[in-house]
Amino acid sequence: MIQNLIDGVLTGSYLSLGAIGLTLVMHILRFANFSHAELLSLGAYAALVFDALVTALVPVLAAKLGPLSLTYALLIAILISMVLTGISAVLIDRLVFKRVREKGWELSMVFASFGMALIIRNVIGLIFGLSPELYSKDIAFAMILSRDPLILVKPDQVFVLIAALALMFVLHLILSRTTFGYALRAVAENPSLAQVNGVNLARTVTAVWLIGGGLAAVAGVFYGLSHQVIPVMGRDLVLPIFAATIVGGIGSVYGAVLGGFIVGIAGNLALVVLPSGYTPSIPFMLILIVLMIRPHGLFGEARA
Amino acid sequence: MPIWAHRSMPDPLLQVTGVTAGYVPDLPILHGVSLTAERGQITLIIGPNGAGKSTLIKAIAGLIPVSAGRIALEQQDVTHIRPDQLAAHGIAYVPQNDNIFRSLTIRQNLDLALRRAGGDATARRDRLLAQFPALDEKQRDKAGTLSGGQRQFLAIAMALATAPRLILMDEPSAGLSPKATAEVLDHARRLTADGVSILLVEQNVSQAMKLADHCYILAEGRNQVDGPAAELMGDKVVGEIYLGGRRMGAA
Amino acid sequence: MIGTISYLVFFATTASILAIAVLGLNLQWGNTGLFNGGVVAFFGAGAYGTLILGGTPQDGHLGGYGLFYPLALLGGMIAAGLMAWVVGLLTLRLRHDYLAIATFGVAVAFENLMRNAEWLAGGAKGVRGFERPLRDALGDGFLYNIAFFFTVLIILIAVYLFLERLVASPFGRLLRAIREDEEAAASLGKTPSRIRLTAFITGSVILGLAGGLYGTFYAFVSPQDVLPTLTFQIWAMLIVGGAGNNRGAVFGAFLIWGAWTASGWALSRFAPIEAQLYTGSMQFVLIGVVIVGMLMWRPQGLLPERLVVSQRGSKE
Ligand SMILES: Nc1ncnc2c1ncn2[C@@H]1O[C@H](COP(=O)(O)OP(=O)(O)OP(=O)(O)O)[C@@H](O)[C@H]1O
Ligand SMILES: [Mg+2]
Repeated sequence: MIQNLIDGVLTGSYLSLGAIGLTLVMHILRFANFSHAELLSLGAYAALVFDALVTALVPVLAAKLGPLSLTYALLIAILISMVLTGISAVLIDRLVFKRVREKGWELSMVFASFGMALIIRNVIGLIFGLSPELYSKDIAFAMILSRDPLILVKPDQVFVLIAALALMFVLHLILSRTTFGYALRAVAENPSLAQVNGVNLARTVTAVWLIGGGLAAVAGVFYGLSHQVIPVMGRDLVLPIFAATIVGGIGSVYGAVLGGFIVGIAGNLALVVLPSGYTPSIPFMLILIVLMIRPHGLFGEARA
Repeated sequence: MPIWAHRSMPDPLLQVTGVTAGYVPDLPILHGVSLTAERGQITLIIGPNGAGKSTLIKAIAGLIPVSAGRIALEQQDVTHIRPDQLAAHGIAYVPQNDNIFRSLTIRQNLDLALRRAGGDATARRDRLLAQFPALDEKQRDKAGTLSGGQRQFLAIAMALATAPRLILMDEPSAGLSPKATAEVLDHARRLTADGVSILLVEQNVSQAMKLADHCYILAEGRNQVDGPAAELMGDKVVGEIYLGGRRMGAA
Repeated sequence: MIGTISYLVFFATTASILAIAVLGLNLQWGNTGLFNGGVVAFFGAGAYGTLILGGTPQDGHLGGYGLFYPLALLGGMIAAGLMAWVVGLLTLRLRHDYLAIATFGVAVAFENLMRNAEWLAGGAKGVRGFERPLRDALGDGFLYNIAFFFTVLIILIAVYLFLERLVASPFGRLLRAIREDEEAAASLGKTPSRIRLTAFITGSVILGLAGGLYGTFYAFVSPQDVLPTLTFQIWAMLIVGGAGNNRGAVFGAFLIWGAWTASGWALSRFAPIEAQLYTGSMQFVLIGVVIVGMLMWRPQGLLPERLVVSQRGSKE
């Protein structure tokens, strides 16, 4: 039970990171982006590639950080992956979503995002193969927090949680302390008023994709550290991330953070009562419950 | 050419000539509207509901496409201006509804408006707040908690943040108590004393007429009548037709 | 020769069943603008419902009611309609995204439930023991398949005619009005959310009908039949054919199903053996490219909607 709770919090940390970008995109561009989870895969695979590259170029960086399985090389790879995934998100928008958007048919963007999800996911499969990859082949030893009940935590998991919380805190500072953050929130609330107040919409959209993509990359790597890196990870993550945004309220960054943890914890706690085969259905159950009792989520506002 | 296109004063601040504009292509709401706003004056636009007053203001602000005609600010063409470039041209716009960001605090609203102002933003924010004591007290509250009158003041303060030459104000008194209306309109009058010009849309015709220098009447997307506010107010026909609330026929 | 014909009949039967499904989706998306991200769930509800209600008794899971076939099929359609009712009721009042996400979620949960709940529908093994109607009279061979094909064809034509009339009726005009401008429709005193719900349920019932026929055709259904793949295929059919146009929907179904079958065959025949594992990935990339490409370069599909009232047209 306590073990499930802890695992849930850890799952929540990468779901939240993924949901933040998704909720912003859904709110500002007004479409459910079914390809967002593929940005997580993209980030995870980019990190895999650059980890290998950095390790090959500068072998000393293969050293591990303390008790973690994470190496300095991977840390650098994550940063590179954040940038690349952010840029990819911007490019995908420019090449596909923006064009569909400019045709004036908002709803079609959902279709386009499904198509993009299929393309990205399967191209990754074609390039990297369908079998799972790991960042580190060494077996990471878990720390035993308690023997009765048995509670195990891997050092990597602690790192994932702390790093995720740190990133969210940085994002919080940006949103609540900088005029750039105010501009983002302004666009989310009222795009045309934001424009009148000097905010450049196109540039804000680019910024949103960069942030969303960067956070998605980290989320993807953290998923890979906790599980494994596979081409279909996006398929398995898309519903939990959507559930996180709906639970939190579409458009609310804080809602996405909380929603991510709720979805993560609920999924793991459900293991106590349900066979593990049912785990993929839990996010949908949460969506149904939220729609029944609080359709606009914890922090969301009604918006047509 | 209609007479209102040639008001005699030389070198007006804003010159709108024959503007046709609307929300959807091929469905114009404005049909060749013209108007002139002079420096340091309040230019008033009135007309029945749906006349196209807000649409005209949005066209000037670059929020909707202008399909014909020309808008010039101090002789410079601003017809297809991008709304986020308004401030750079010395124009500010206070929309009719939803003119502040409810989820931001008062201070954040102002800081956002001051973002491109340059110089010492904090000092400028303090100067703005000094003009509006009611806002000063609530700096850290969410703007959504403000009363109607306070919201209008915040919206006006945000407009002033960029030190504009011209403020477009769309019904700043909508939904306000008579007392708040008087305060907001008085404030507008005082601004002109500082050299700011105002293009004002108002439903409170009698109050607004007293403040305004020049007045345009719009109906069904077309100019109807215009003239010095004092003259129009005295004009029996105009008063009867407009203040009687009847819809104006085509001129 | 008989082999080719029997293959053609097989192909045409499957394509016709899918065409019925595409027609159902067209009512939702093409005519009403409702995004159904979980087509396969409603299709699956029809298939599972029909087989469970009409099959012979099975050990270990629900079913075997041996219902008279038309009743079983109707039961499958009702199952699909009920699911649509619940999802629609919860989401159609909210902004569009919610329906897309909730329907997508339904499909995930449906497949997940069918795979895991052995007591319900046999789990991963699926539902067996269904006897195809009139098998005693027609046997199991070519004759049966021909007869089944014509039955499906007649149903396809019936659904097509029904939808054509529906779209031309005042109700159909209302649907388009809501799709184009919800506020304007609401100001006419109509309640858009109720009308959209009606359209959504009707479309889902048609999807359920297609699923029921599909289950009947194979006399078997398992979680493998309700994978998201089918959702993507059915969409691609609609988008390529032309959303809003029933003829386009049918045309798209045959075209895409033909392309899918042919590409699968070509890949398995000509691709090097090491690449066989990736046949699926390549087909998915193709489907994704078709969807995105159509949206970008020919959003109206190959056979566009004939009515020219849409704002979409004018904005281009
Ligand atoms: N966003 C919009 N899209 C399409 N048409 C609009 C939009 N906003 C207003 N209109 C139409 O434009 C016409 C003029 O509206 P406008 O808001 O300019 O009137 P107004 O003179 O400001 O009226 P009010 O006194 O009610 O504010 C009306 O017929 C209205 O229906
Ligand atoms: Mg108005």
